[in-house]
Amino acid sequence: MKKTHLMLTALGLVCALGSPLSVAGTPQEDQAVFQNYFKQRFPHVPIDDFKNGAYALDPVGRENWEAIEEFPPYEAAIDNGKTLWATPFANGKTYADCFPDGPGIAGKFPHWDKERGMVVTLPLLVNECRVANGEKPYGYFLGPLAEINAYMAFESRGQIINVEIPADDPRALAAYEKGKEFYFARRGQFNFSCAHCHMGNSGSTLRTEILSPALGHTTHFPVYRSKWGEIATLHRRYKGCNEQVRAKAFEGQSEEYRNLEYFMSYMDNGLELNGPGARK
Amino acid sequence: MKFPSISRRRAPALILGALAITAVGVASEMPKIDLTSGDPAAGKAIAMDRSKGNCIACHLIIGGESPGAIGPALIAMQTRYPTKEALAIQIWDATVKTPEAAMPPFGRHAILSQQELADVVAYVWTL
Repeated sequence: MKKTHLMLTALGLVCALGSPLSVAGTPQEDQAVFQNYFKQRFPHVPIDDFKNGAYALDPVGRENWEAIEEFPPYEAAIDNGKTLWATPFANGKTYADCFPDGPGIAGKFPHWDKERGMVVTLPLLVNECRVANGEKPYGYFLGPLAEINAYMAFESRGQIINVEIPADDPRALAAYEKGKEFYFARRGQFNFSCAHCHMGNSGSTLRTEILSPALGHTTHFPVYRSKWGEIATLHRRYKGCNEQVRAKAFEGQSEEYRNLEYFMSYMDNGLELNGPGARK
Repeated sequence: MKFPSISRRRAPALILGALAITAVGVASEMPKIDLTSGDPAAGKAIAMDRSKGNCIACHLIIGGESPGAIGPALIAMQTRYPTKEALAIQIWDATVKTPEAAMPPFGRHAILSQQELADVVAYVWTL
């Protein structure tokens, strides 16, 4: 109860000062509050199970999902991605020349690139590798880029999310704060924030659909959604969410979405990567 | 400043969600709407229509199929709202009364026209 009291006091301060950023917690404090929120909301869900989204809450949905995972719908994407990974560019080089540590590197992303002063993601670097080798960039939402990333995600399974916000560059913290602001800001004609559905109402039902908890959202991308009938990236999912609340979507790999990915992945620190995933 | 109605469960969301509080648009008052013109049957259709009111997505309505559970059940409305106008204001913009409400501001954001709003009020008032 003491903790609750502290939080309410903080909220009171926020209202009184009218400047939430100045009293908001450090990223470490945010992360503890965020993760504890879901631990308390769903005390029966082991922390390791949040990577499974709504299936961590719904035994019937989980049974169906596990049956689907017997013959994963994303398998063809992994195979195609593996082929693309190994196929040389016109100049004879391959992705391995850009990524000397191999394809299983998703656990290092997203990260803050101090030299560029921006959050970099794995799909961004894959496309930049293509361009650097004289190839055309792929679209950021679906298709071959999602397939290569499906292969890389598969090779990265089991890695633990460990996003860092380096203390020696205030721009990294600013990017995190922008991502957080995006997450909690209402948007669109429907006036929802991401948090309205995936924090405050997670586990509840929209019609018959169970709203998945925000904790764990970044672990399993790219994802094959039955609704899409194909595999697509995290930023494609962001676009869909934005459009669903009748808001303007941003471009794939836009600063807005990269910062959002930075914030959300930081909240997921400690969870295991289990992409590519399959969802309804 | 007191927050007597904030449940323990929601408090962490609010602290992280503090930004959202400032992001709420400036509430505009509901204009004068002729609520006597509302047609309950038309309102029911809107309440069940996914692209319109879609009340059923979040609220249990007796007789409605596969209701959601996000908002309170729409039941005994005339004991919960003193007047049709009070109910209309809630549907116009729920954040006036409850700043953190998830419910879309159906009037303020013009999700429904004024006539559609009057129709929905007429229907929900019967529940």
